[in-house]
Amino acid sequence: MQDIIRQLEKSREAARKGGGDKRIAAQHKKGKLTARERIELLLDEGSFEEFDMFVEHRCIDFGVEEQKIPGDGVVTGHGEVNGRLVYVFSQDFTVFGGSLSEAHAEKICKIMDQAMKVGAPVIGLNDSGGARIHEGVASLGGYAEVFQRNVLASGVIPQISVIMGPCAGGAVYSPAITDFIFMVEDSAYMFVTGPDVVKTVTHETVTHEELGGTSTHTGKTGVADLALANDVDAMEEIRRFVSFLPPSNREQPPTQICKDPIDRDELSLDTLIPADPQKPYDMKELILKVADDADFFELKENFAKNIITGFCRLNGETIGVVANQPMVLAGCLDIHSSRKAARFVRFCDCFNIPVLTFVDVPGFLPGTGQEHNGIITHGSKLLYAYAEATIPKVTVITRKAYGGAYDVMSSKHLRGDINYAWPTAEIAVMGPKGAVEIIFRKALDDSEALEKHTEEYRRKFSNPFVAARRGYIDDIIHPHKTRKRLIRSFQILKNKKLQNPWKKHGNIPL
Amino acid sequence: MFKRILIANRGEIACRIIKTARNLGIETVAVYSESDSSARHVLLADQAYLLGPSPASKSYLNTDRILQIAQDSNADAIHPGYGFLSENPRFAEMLTDNDIVFIGPSSKAIELMGDKIESKLIATKAGVNTIPGFTEALSGPDKAIEVAKQIGYPVMVKAAAGGGGKGMRLAASEAELLEGVQLAINEAESSFGDGRVFIEKFIEQPRHIEIQILADKHGNFVYLGERECSIQRRHQKIIEESPSSFLDDDTRCMMGEQACALARAVDYTSAGTVEFVVNQKKEFFFLEMNTRLQVEHPVTEFVTGLDLVEQQILIANDQPLEFNQSDIRVNGWAIESRVYAEDPNRGFVPSIGRLIRHEPPASNDKVRLDTGVDEGSEISMFYDPMISKLITFGQNRDEAINNMLEALDNYLISGISHNIGLLSAIINHPRFRAGNLTTAFMDEEFPDGFSGLENIENNLPIILTLAGAISFIISNQSEILKNIFDEEKNLVVSIDHKFYPITVIRRDFENFEVRQIESNLTIKIETTWQPHQRLLNATVNNTNITVQVWRENSRFRLCWRGVSVPIVVRTARAAELMQRMPEKQPPDLSKYLLSPMPGLIVSIPVSEGEEVKAGQAIAIIDAMKMENILKSEIDSKIKKIYLKEGDNVAVDEVIIEFF
Repeated sequence: MQDIIRQLEKSREAARKGGGDKRIAAQHKKGKLTARERIELLLDEGSFEEFDMFVEHRCIDFGVEEQKIPGDGVVTGHGEVNGRLVYVFSQDFTVFGGSLSEAHAEKICKIMDQAMKVGAPVIGLNDSGGARIHEGVASLGGYAEVFQRNVLASGVIPQISVIMGPCAGGAVYSPAITDFIFMVEDSAYMFVTGPDVVKTVTHETVTHEELGGTSTHTGKTGVADLALANDVDAMEEIRRFVSFLPPSNREQPPTQICKDPIDRDELSLDTLIPADPQKPYDMKELILKVADDADFFELKENFAKNIITGFCRLNGETIGVVANQPMVLAGCLDIHSSRKAARFVRFCDCFNIPVLTFVDVPGFLPGTGQEHNGIITHGSKLLYAYAEATIPKVTVITRKAYGGAYDVMSSKHLRGDINYAWPTAEIAVMGPKGAVEIIFRKALDDSEALEKHTEEYRRKFSNPFVAARRGYIDDIIHPHKTRKRLIRSFQILKNKKLQNPWKKHGNIPL
Repeated sequence: MFKRILIANRGEIACRIIKTARNLGIETVAVYSESDSSARHVLLADQAYLLGPSPASKSYLNTDRILQIAQDSNADAIHPGYGFLSENPRFAEMLTDNDIVFIGPSSKAIELMGDKIESKLIATKAGVNTIPGFTEALSGPDKAIEVAKQIGYPVMVKAAAGGGGKGMRLAASEAELLEGVQLAINEAESSFGDGRVFIEKFIEQPRHIEIQILADKHGNFVYLGERECSIQRRHQKIIEESPSSFLDDDTRCMMGEQACALARAVDYTSAGTVEFVVNQKKEFFFLEMNTRLQVEHPVTEFVTGLDLVEQQILIANDQPLEFNQSDIRVNGWAIESRVYAEDPNRGFVPSIGRLIRHEPPASNDKVRLDTGVDEGSEISMFYDPMISKLITFGQNRDEAINNMLEALDNYLISGISHNIGLLSAIINHPRFRAGNLTTAFMDEEFPDGFSGLENIENNLPIILTLAGAISFIISNQSEILKNIFDEEKNLVVSIDHKFYPITVIRRDFENFEVRQIESNLTIKIETTWQPHQRLLNATVNNTNITVQVWRENSRFRLCWRGVSVPIVVRTARAAELMQRMPEKQPPDLSKYLLSPMPGLIVSIPVSEGEEVKAGQAIAIIDAMKMENILKSEIDSKIKKIYLKEGDNVAVDEVIIEFF
């Protein structure tokens, strides 16, 4: 017995060393933490319980049978974040470059399977050179096993991927399927084919950073949700992020004690909308003034900035926020913003997170760029997401709600539960000027009459009353009372029950 | 008495005048520009009329339109406030011609005193001490150099029609003088439409002390003590007080009498201010007379108990003063801080935008706030970027200072840069407390501006204590509450790349102990603060303090008493590993000239491909009616010019790229 215990301690120690001191030093030199250090920061102190520490690869080719490192390049297990259970895997770049072997994949699959059974989030810390080439097809099989579980877990438990090193080739598709991707600046990059292959095939010269670095994926592609300055910040931010999420689709999101007065008036919101309808304003001010403790966790901040997505709390309850941003492209909907918001709304719907929508949208972005790239398909994603969502949906129209975009933005017709308008709201088919130019297109040269008609149209339709008279708007509220009204609304909707007709799954226009 | 007066102004002073008019039972008419359509003065007044577009020249300086509105609204009189038309003799005359009373002195008095050259001659004649210099408009830089040689450097070049520091340049050498004369002429032309400048000897270590006078239309003249306004930045006052800690009764009396003598010499009526510069030997010299209500008039009101706007209105209504010189008593001490939308860490460049937060301290008999804005108001690029004036009173100077510090700690502003921290730092400065002031105070004590990081070392024990308690309270929010007291946490506070380990122990919900490992201090703190609050009241080591807590995600900034410190609190282990993290290299901006402020490009005196020397002027920006010269910091060659004359420029926008 004593011997076995001694042996156990010895092998544990060996396993904790990963690829050894030299490789750990190299990892540190790159400004990266080791797989275990990352877990240490991610989880509450002393809460980590490791699985499969002694797993080794089973490859017998190319001499790797001589090199076996316990754990095989990934640390897996479970622990707590602020006292709540999470599962975690953390790839160890010091062991075979974090490459994925069959055994490595099995370890990941094991914790995913268990996380699904018990209903707890999976956080994957990715830092891997890719497939374990020595193992050939076995490694590919491993990837696919992980992909399959990612898909099955999708909508059951929250899955978060943190890219903390290279993530290339097929490996990108596991994070891609998960709900959120966070990337660490300067060390993370993701691409399907790397710069070398790009160079050979297309003769393009491009750096790793340009091709798939953090700024590319948080700004240009929208693949990633958040850029984090370094490994330590990344772990801290994920802890904060997880506090908004429910453990699974079987449970409600966690509640915090809220000391922020629920009837807090914000008089300055009465002047948020500028007198000039052409002038933009910052929608984030509204979100921050309404949210508990002015705390808003924004996602995809630098991608499709014309729409804002993120989490806040109202009276301590997690709320998903979608808001048009008039500061960027007048807050219009386009391909990127529709995709961004649609995926966010669907996440919220999966996990019982109510959605708050702030609307100031002049319509869809016109142009060949949009039409030829399929705004029809992509724009419909947001419509689909809102329409199928059964979670509580509360909408506030602050200013413009024009045309089809009005319908899309969680309107009453898409089963919006409570739809408010500020007195500054204009719900119409289009802006007065455009409308008059169509209605009176035969008299376009009579600028005086045109102006008169514009004014008339404005008087008639550029207000919330027309919609309110039809019941499309439940009430017109004072901007300064917004927080109070929202909290009451979500309170009322807490026990909302709504079910879509049974189906295998819908066919969202992908 | 007047039935209705029109206020030809905006902002705090318009609101201030409306208040007194209302007390006197007089109706008020406000005027406003397009961007001021929902401003506070518009809402406060009984009636309001649109003047025109936002630029002052098309609105608040549009005399014809203002006269028209006065006639349409049947206003009996117009109060011009300060700035804009307050010292425009033609406007005063125009009103008189149209049987509308100008609440202020006669146009003649304005004209005589408005001309700095003329006023100096009158002052000399009236027996007022004046500064040696050349009291004629300069024909050009040659004459300036000649005069400067006679009276000796340093010299000051001033606009004849100037005021508010505009069109004023100090020159200590011939080279500076050459540049200064041209700039002063340009600025004088753009600000006042009058390019005449003159030159005089620069008084060293001067204090700026001014005398408030009142004169009625019946030949009565009184002075209401003095105001010291030595604390200035860019030649504009930011802190004023009454009385001055420097004057003795004899000097005060002499200054007061000379001020009245000057007023008498021009048949002055209404409220006016005679500005003096006082050297270290308590010799004083006439600077100029301001023929209007001053921005800093509230300090005089606090110590004399008089309402100066009321006095102006009564005088304009031909009523005699109800008191004489011997009735005037100065009681206690008052200080005014001008709260500006500007960045003290970037050369005081104006900051424009929406006041996302504006929560001033509560007013009472010791704290007064004069403002024209509310939370959500817009600080516009068209006008002076003053947000408010905060005035405090005390039985003595120390009490007034302490009240000011407390009021500033309680004053919350966000959305734009502001100078609250700087004001606190000045007032809390030992030299200010000692009353050892000169107009060079700012250049000497804050030569590199002010960031809020200057006083971290002195306040470190309190900062660490606060950081520990705040972080404990915030993290308790998301944790499943264990409800165990005497719980200990080992944390590390990081401030500006430095790490300070602490241990926080919670004794009960409101009491914490923070052990500071390096100094081995243990400090107790009691607070009921909750994470949604921006003001934290605490008892730290038996002393009450109020600190502003501005949170941004998992970080926060603490501000009080001139300290503004960004803080991150981590667990001990996270802090340890943080030290392994590579430092981020900031993007290299040395190849670019960025605009330090929002404004308008006046000129770009260089062209693409041109070689420039460090210190050479390469762009001139007009912001808030000040011309700001941007100089090259390096010897280089211009690669690309992004903007041209007349373009609007945003803060940090690229103007020029170098090779």
